[in-house]
Formats: sequence, C-alpha cells, structure tokens
Amino acid sequence: MPTTEQTLWSVLDEVKDPEIPSISIVELGMVNRVQLDDGCVRVEMTPTFVGCPAIGMIRQAVQERLAALDEIREVEVVVTMDQPWTTDRITPEGREKLREFGIAPPVDGRSGSLVPDCPYCGADNGEVHNLFGPTACRAIFYCKRCRQPFEGMKPV
Amino acid sequence: MRMENAEQAKQSETYRAALVDLLYQLADDELCLGHRDSEWLGLAPDIEEDVAFSSIAQDEVGHATYYFNLLHDLGEENPDRIAFAREVKRWRNAVLLERPNGDWAYSIARHLLYDVFDDIRLEAITHSGYRPLAEGARKIRREETYHLQHFRLWFTRLGQAGGEAQERLVQAVNRLWPDVGGLFSLGMYEAALIENGILPMNGEEMRRRWEERIRPVMDEAGIPWPGEISIPRVNGRLGEHTDDLSEMLDTMSEVYRLDPNAVW
Repeated sequence: MPTTEQTLWSVLDEVKDPEIPSISIVELGMVNRVQLDDGCVRVEMTPTFVGCPAIGMIRQAVQERLAALDEIREVEVVVTMDQPWTTDRITPEGREKLREFGIAPPVDGRSGSLVPDCPYCGADNGEVHNLFGPTACRAIFYCKRCRQPFEGMKPV
Repeated sequence: MRMENAEQAKQSETYRAALVDLLYQLADDELCLGHRDSEWLGLAPDIEEDVAFSSIAQDEVGHATYYFNLLHDLGEENPDRIAFAREVKRWRNAVLLERPNGDWAYSIARHLLYDVFDDIRLEAITHSGYRPLAEGARKIRREETYHLQHFRLWFTRLGQAGGEAQERLVQAVNRLWPDVGGLFSLGMYEAALIENGILPMNGEEMRRRWEERIRPVMDEAGIPWPGEISIPRVNGRLGEHTDDLSEMLDTMSEVYRLDPNAVW
C-alpha cells in the first residue's frame, strides 16, 4: 500500500509518550508538521518542556517507525520551537486519555486557577499541593472531596 | 537587524561574536544554578521540596542545553564539551550563580533574585532579532513562571514567619547583595548586542526594572533593602570567577573526565 501523509500521521499516532504511555505524541500536540516528498519524510516536532528528557527517545521511535514504512527512503526528524508547545494543543481524545490514566488534564491557563477537576471523583474544589511533580509537565494537587492527592498537567 | 538562522548570523563576525557571548551568559547562568539546585536532592527540608528542586534543576539544565545547541549551530563545540570541558575563564555566568547553596534561606533568596532578573532578560529576548533565540525565550519564559511563583511564595513565607527564619533570610540577602550587581553586566559586547538588536535592552534598564519588582517583595517579606547595587570587582560576564566555580566544575565534570570520548 503506498504511504501517504495520512498514513504517516496514523503511524505517529501510535508513538506514545514514554512518561505517559496512554497518550500519543499526536494527541499531546507535539507534532507540528509532516511533509512527504518522493519517499522523503520530514517531521517537525516540539517538546512539551524545553528540558524534556523523553524527547530523544520519542525522536528515535518516530525515526524507526517511519523508516520501516513502504517506499520511505529517508526520514528527517527536526525538533523546533517555532510553534512552541502549550497545553492548549492537547486534543480532546488526549485529554480523555490523560484522565483515564489518572492525570487530570490541564485547566485553561487564562482562567487564573491552576487546579483541575479531580480525575477520580470529578470534584472541582481541589488545591495545589506542589507546583512540581514527577515530570516537568505535571503538578500535584489534593482533592478535598475524595481526600487524595492526584497528578495533573500544569497549564503552560 | 533580523537574522533567521545560524547561517545568516555567521556572515558577520561582529554579530556572531556578540551573540555567542550572550548565549554563554544565558546558558552558564542556567547550568550553574541548575547544578546547584540538583545538590539539594535528598537534603531539602521536606519531600515536596526534593521533588520541586529536582524538577526545577531539570528545567534549568534543559534551558542551558537549548542555548548550548544554539551555540553549536553557530560553530562552537558540541554541548557536552561546552558544558564539561571548557576552561573556567570561558564561563560567562554571573558570580552569584556559582556560589555554593549555603542554607535554605540563601538558596531561596538567590533563586528569587535571579529568577526576577531572568524574567526581565527573557522578556527582552522575546523581541530579539535572532529568531532561534526569540523563539526559545518565549517557550522558556512560560516554564519559568512556575519557578517565580514558587520562590516568591517561599521568600515571603520565610520573611513573614519572623524569628530565626526571618533572621536567616535577612543574612542571606545581605550576603547575596555584593554579587547581585553582576547579573546586570552584559559583558564586553553590551553595545554590540543592543546595536544589532540581539538583546534590545541594556543592563542599566534591566537593573531599574528589577529593583521596581524586587522592592515590593522585600517589603512584603519584611526584609530591609541592603543598599546600592554595583557591578562587583569579580565580573563573571568577563570570564572572571571565584574558586567556587572551579570546585563546582570539578564535581560536575567528574564522570565526564573519566572518559571524555565515551558515547552516552
């Protein structure tokens, strides 16, 4: 089957974030552009955080997956900041998958509050427990209704 | 002057030299502080701060790496060599960032004083004519917002607590003060940086804005203003450093030096 740009996007949608394995890099909004020209692919990606240690692994996974496709001769993966990642770029499916994984999707950064709804009970009266969490993009919150801490993406 | 990429910037030696110097200032400030932050791991007053300092250290080192990559694009050595195998006199960080962590109050106060400066510098750089730098600054600034909030909260909390916490904070600020002015030196290419639109704000204006933002925080925390700010005798931006930097680099590069040709 000939490889089209659409095929490339669906293959990229299978590459997961190693730190949040339920969500793909497309759902996270990390892929800026995909170009296919006579068997040569160019993918432009942007990290969620500048110091994201997973970007090397993700880049390699993208390289390998795309190079394995029919009629693909060359794959170039470029990391760029020309369209910087923001939490607004996470797709609706991505937000749902984050929640299923137990990480609250980010609130709208312009709303003034940082605290998302509890991913377990849905309550909206949590508080910030620590602005910093297990990865650069996450913070730790506390749900006052179900009385447990939970992780959430912080808006950037 | 607008420059889209490294190839264009390399056409003019004056432009390139000024840009390279500024990138070393940015990268070295962030790497020194990031390394110092990482030294709190396991020693911070509570587990939340262990997590916070690890995360902040990772951000700062990541920012340094971003600048190192821009330097590499401009013909400097690869990022690992720049970070681990560069002579002390080629480092451009302000001396403030090479100092050891001291006590908790010193670390908190240093971070706040630096982060406010860094925010002013990053804001200026988002208007830089060198596109890769402006793009990175826009992204980095969004991340630094969280550091600012964190350190502002701790600074006022320690100050308002009174007692030993406040006393230590006062001492920390007094100890930091002679080094603070070094932040506002923009090195030997300040004029060229401004003329070429690489950094559209001079050090004096940065200092003015910094004072405007720091004074109310000091008031809120009940910390007296220690007095005039001047550029210190040992100016890191000119490659002048203290033994603190040599010692820090010895520690930081210990593993690298075991086998500089190792592939990671």
